[in-house]
Amino acid sequence: MSEKEVKNLEEIFEAKIARDEKIEPKDWMPEKYRKTHIRQMSQHAHSEIVGMLPEGNWISRAPSLRRKVALLAKVQDEAGHGLYLYSATETLGISRDELYEQLHSGKAKYSSIFNYPTITWADIGAIGWLVDGAAIINQVPLCSTSFGPYARAMVRVCKEESFHQRQGYEIMLTLCNGTEEQKQMAQDALNRWWWPSLMMLGPTDDASTHTEQSMKWKLKRKTNDELRQQFIDQTVPQADILGITVPDEDLKWNEETGHYDFGEINWDEFWQVVKGHGPCNKERLQTRVNAWENGEWVRDAALAYAEKQLERKVKQAG
Amino acid sequence: MNNNFIKYLYGIADNSLILGQRLGELTGHAPSLEVDIALTNISLDLFGQVRSYFQYAAQLSEGDITEDDLAFLRTEREYLNVLLVEQPNTDFAYTIARQFLFDHFHMLLMTEMQKSKDETLVAIAKKSIKEVSYHKRFSSDWIKRLGDGTEESKQRIQKVVNDLWRFTDELFHTTEADEAMIKEGIAVDVKMLKEVYYKNVNEILETATLEVPELKYFQKGGKEGIHSEHMGFLLNDMQYMQRTYPGMKW
Repeated sequence: MSEKEVKNLEEIFEAKIARDEKIEPKDWMPEKYRKTHIRQMSQHAHSEIVGMLPEGNWISRAPSLRRKVALLAKVQDEAGHGLYLYSATETLGISRDELYEQLHSGKAKYSSIFNYPTITWADIGAIGWLVDGAAIINQVPLCSTSFGPYARAMVRVCKEESFHQRQGYEIMLTLCNGTEEQKQMAQDALNRWWWPSLMMLGPTDDASTHTEQSMKWKLKRKTNDELRQQFIDQTVPQADILGITVPDEDLKWNEETGHYDFGEINWDEFWQVVKGHGPCNKERLQTRVNAWENGEWVRDAALAYAEKQLERKVKQAG
Repeated sequence: MNNNFIKYLYGIADNSLILGQRLGELTGHAPSLEVDIALTNISLDLFGQVRSYFQYAAQLSEGDITEDDLAFLRTEREYLNVLLVEQPNTDFAYTIARQFLFDHFHMLLMTEMQKSKDETLVAIAKKSIKEVSYHKRFSSDWIKRLGDGTEESKQRIQKVVNDLWRFTDELFHTTEADEAMIKEGIAVDVKMLKEVYYKNVNEILETATLEVPELKYFQKGGKEGIHSEHMGFLLNDMQYMQRTYPGMKW
């Protein structure tokens, strides 16, 4: 293809995005667009899969049958989200096995939040309320992102996420209306999950390398800092209703700006976790690698069986 | 009659509960994402059934008893599930063989339970049978895939089928409570299901190119509350919250 032809395609592509038309898998797209989407979408898929582990940790110990069933359904939804997102990523010409390989080798990232441990039942409530809350703020704009398969996957994901968030908040509400012990459990969970949830919205704008490009492609509509502010503004009143305290001494309503001012995030901790040295990074990755490796003989069997069945069919037909 | 009826309900519900608990342990650890979803789904179905049975049993019980009391406050001597369902996950072959051997029984039980004189049991059976037929298809298909897959998978699944076979006979035992309820026309006489069960199971094992174990010695006890050593640990895990924080709402 000549330089002029490429330039022409680029112009058509840019114009489509400007008109809010979806880019579909068979459309021409710049290589960088494809790569960025593979990176972001697979990272998103990996987050769903690794995110099953901290919550899955409490399935066997959920305190009531109703909560156990809700938790099972939630974790199952997450596996489903992983499945849509892997499928959507595959439309960009990469296989799920390759994506797994990137996850297992540590080349691909997943959301830093899932490297924190779930040590009490209240953590399951806090994850639904805060972690899914932050995820929704990140993800709602993706329902109208420029890449069609991603946008469509996100419509379904977002519906289920908001349901999960309500469930999580309801767990917190039950704890906060319960005994003193339960309320303390809820407060302790908020203390541990608050800052990591704020970190989910990504580094500050001046440290975010992908923001500008992502805004252009409508992968992002607002900057990390704007989204974080939105999350804080909507979440603090919810903590007030629960009657528990956000662990930030500098948190204060600002009459002038109409927003909450808040304290400094510990970015050293953020980068430590992102680089693989958080509290559970090793366990999470090892668990995924073990599931994959221990399951190899099973996948091999399924493949061998399918081949035999096909052979039999061919023989019968012949 | 009431007491026998409640015990009969425990017997059925506890099977679903304990198996559901075992499957719940696997969430996030399956050989593929699709299998992960399926196992979690089956667990979810089983717990849904448990809630129906326990809500009914709580309603029939004297005093202020909830479904959660029945799940979280009974001791292992009070649990009446069969030994098969409490066997550990060990590896995927164990998970599948355990599921397969139970699903075929469960399907026959739900089919017959639709003829019960008790309307609630009929309603539960009608709802459950759809789920159970899905479970049965899933586990039977995997028996075939593993049996007729690779040399390794065949060896593994054959070993496990041989290993778990000793727990199948108990599925067809009846307790005193069961017998009393059979007389009332409420309970299913599981003794009558034995022949067709082995016929169905053997057929699939043969299709899967597996050998049907020839075994003379079987294990029992679960239905009388005499369990394997696995059971205490399972309940310990499951009941931890309710035992540590008694009487609270969650």
